[in-house]
Amino acid sequence: MRPNNDRRSGVEDPEDEPRLERFRDSHPSRIGVGRAGSRPRTETLLEFRLDHAKARDAVTTHVSDDLVADLDLVSVRSRAESKTEFLAEPSRGRDISEETAERIREDCAMEPQVQIVVSDGLSSTAVETNVPELLPVLRDGLADRGLDVGTPIFVEYGRVDVMDAIGAELGADCCVNLVGERPGLATNESLSAYFVADPERGGATSEKSVISNIHRNGIPPVEAGAEIAAVLEELCEAERNGCDTGDP
Amino acid sequence: MGSKETGYTATIDGIEHEFDSIRSVLAKANERKSGDELAGLAASSSAERIAAKDIVSRLTLETLYENPVVPADEDEVTRTIRDGVCEETYAEIADWTVADLREFLLAESTDDEAIRALREGLTSEMIAAVTKLMSNLDLVVAAAKMTVVARCNSTIGTEGTVSFRLQPNDPADETENILQSVREGLSYGVGDAVIGINPVSDDAAQVKEILQATAEFIDRWDVPTQNCVLGHITTQMDAVRNGAPADLLFQSIAGTERGNREFGIDVELLDDAAELGRNLCRGDGPNVMYFETGQGAELSNDAHEGVDQLTLEARCYGLAREYDPFLVNTVVGFIGPEYLYDGKQVIRAGLEDVFMGKLHGLPMGIDACYTNHTKADQNDIENLAVLLTAAGANFFITVPMGDDVMLNYQSNSYHDGPTLRSLFGLQAAPEFEAWLEEMGITDDGRLTERAGDPTIFTQP
Repeated sequence: MRPNNDRRSGVEDPEDEPRLERFRDSHPSRIGVGRAGSRPRTETLLEFRLDHAKARDAVTTHVSDDLVADLDLVSVRSRAESKTEFLAEPSRGRDISEETAERIREDCAMEPQVQIVVSDGLSSTAVETNVPELLPVLRDGLADRGLDVGTPIFVEYGRVDVMDAIGAELGADCCVNLVGERPGLATNESLSAYFVADPERGGATSEKSVISNIHRNGIPPVEAGAEIAAVLEELCEAERNGCDTGDP
Repeated sequence: MGSKETGYTATIDGIEHEFDSIRSVLAKANERKSGDELAGLAASSSAERIAAKDIVSRLTLETLYENPVVPADEDEVTRTIRDGVCEETYAEIADWTVADLREFLLAESTDDEAIRALREGLTSEMIAAVTKLMSNLDLVVAAAKMTVVARCNSTIGTEGTVSFRLQPNDPADETENILQSVREGLSYGVGDAVIGINPVSDDAAQVKEILQATAEFIDRWDVPTQNCVLGHITTQMDAVRNGAPADLLFQSIAGTERGNREFGIDVELLDDAAELGRNLCRGDGPNVMYFETGQGAELSNDAHEGVDQLTLEARCYGLAREYDPFLVNTVVGFIGPEYLYDGKQVIRAGLEDVFMGKLHGLPMGIDACYTNHTKADQNDIENLAVLLTAAGANFFITVPMGDDVMLNYQSNSYHDGPTLRSLFGLQAAPEFEAWLEEMGITDDGRLTERAGDPTIFTQP
């Protein structure tokens, strides 16, 4: 006998079909999915596998060189030499080599008020889907506020704290790092913006402020660009005032 | 008496491998794990790994007893483990080598009772050491011999059963969503170990609200199980003091005093919690505590004290056994690829942890899981679940379709509960098995047409 694959919910003859559908449509988890024997139905299984496949691809693929060029980013690499090394040794993704430091000191503007960093982090997909829309809004927002913005940098195999090393080398007042978040099954496109004022190597991730959940179904990238510019203005302001008080 | 440590050497194919301490020999004897490499403790070659195993095989249990990996005067976990050892039992086996222990555990003549008689003489370091000599199948065979029964409202771990935690987490702590996921899970026959929720907000009022909602549901449908909301132990204690109906109290634990401090706990706090649990939790008991562990937790909190992650994991179990818990499980693949790189390492660690927990006498289960930056997929943890059902694990964590949308990781699916039971001819916890039959979810242990329909729980 051929199984009935046209069911509205995954469950055959539920006691309360409308209720089941209501929950199935509104519930954040995969429920009301039914079964094939004791195993998941084919459709449910393939949906799950597709979501995981997209998450894996976000982790393992690379941000395209074309995109980095189109966005006019100076491209560098963290101390990690490969994805494998990046995943197995997180500390390598938080720093840059002396050679890279020399290069950015040559190629990038020194002592900017704001340094923009973009890092692939755990999702290249997040960078590719959000940054092209976000970055122009952010740049305009910073320009409107009269802030001096440095040369934006892309870090391959970069983690959040890599902006400490970059900011310190360039003598930036503050930094923002747009970094791909660890993908979930619900989205592989989520980006975070981390902030640090007066960057120094070795600063803790937990002490950095953050706007997370930037993606088309979360905070849309255009909106995020405007919010990030506002946060950076406040940070620069606070940094300036902090300096005025003459603290050592 | 007592052999204080000096250098240790093994010669393989004419090449001498030298190790400067027992701690180092133990670390290098591990199967390859990214976390030990990250900590700079791992063997530098495959041959060195085997040389270290060779030395471990010849260490006596006395040497391990005399040389805990963290000194007793510096660490209360070491002291707790040592105080838990029965001196008379230990004296009988002090001159055994670790190889002797391995072959004892594997001998046909060694049954559950024989292991029980020996258990109190073992420190966590001895158990860690023998684990390093075991192959994956060795671990399954030895773990399968051990039966550890624990009782709260249901009885788990009896021979011929396997239980499941129903984990209905919700990204917004919405109680109606949580209950809907509970209905879904129960309709697959999972939930006999615990209905356990990880709250988003670690707040006593929130914890109480979820405990109340699940307790009411359990009472309404007369489900022979227990509830638990896995906030910080102090949050749960506050909630229970404020009248929240909790059956179990939960806490994550570490294998060093410093690691526990990072979790915001110490032995004194756990003692207080256990007493509060016995007095104020509504579970029948006598077992009312629930602990989670997982290789790499200490390193991630910079509290590993130069000790490898397997040995530290064993020490978690040494601490846990002081509290006669109802549930202990390792959360094996949650921590990320810098500790367990891929499916192979996750599977190995899962087998090690369940074996070590059972050898400590714990009602041991597992959250067989992975995050999306680990090189693993659902097939790996389905494999692990089959292996560990064969090994007689007390319980597994299950989530809807394997996808936990709150913690953002994947574990076994509700579907895997009835699958593993039917594959191995096992039943649910006896009280729960009877309830499943009464509810018409199973008939003679097999899923009925009602199974998988969460709306069977929505009629008045």
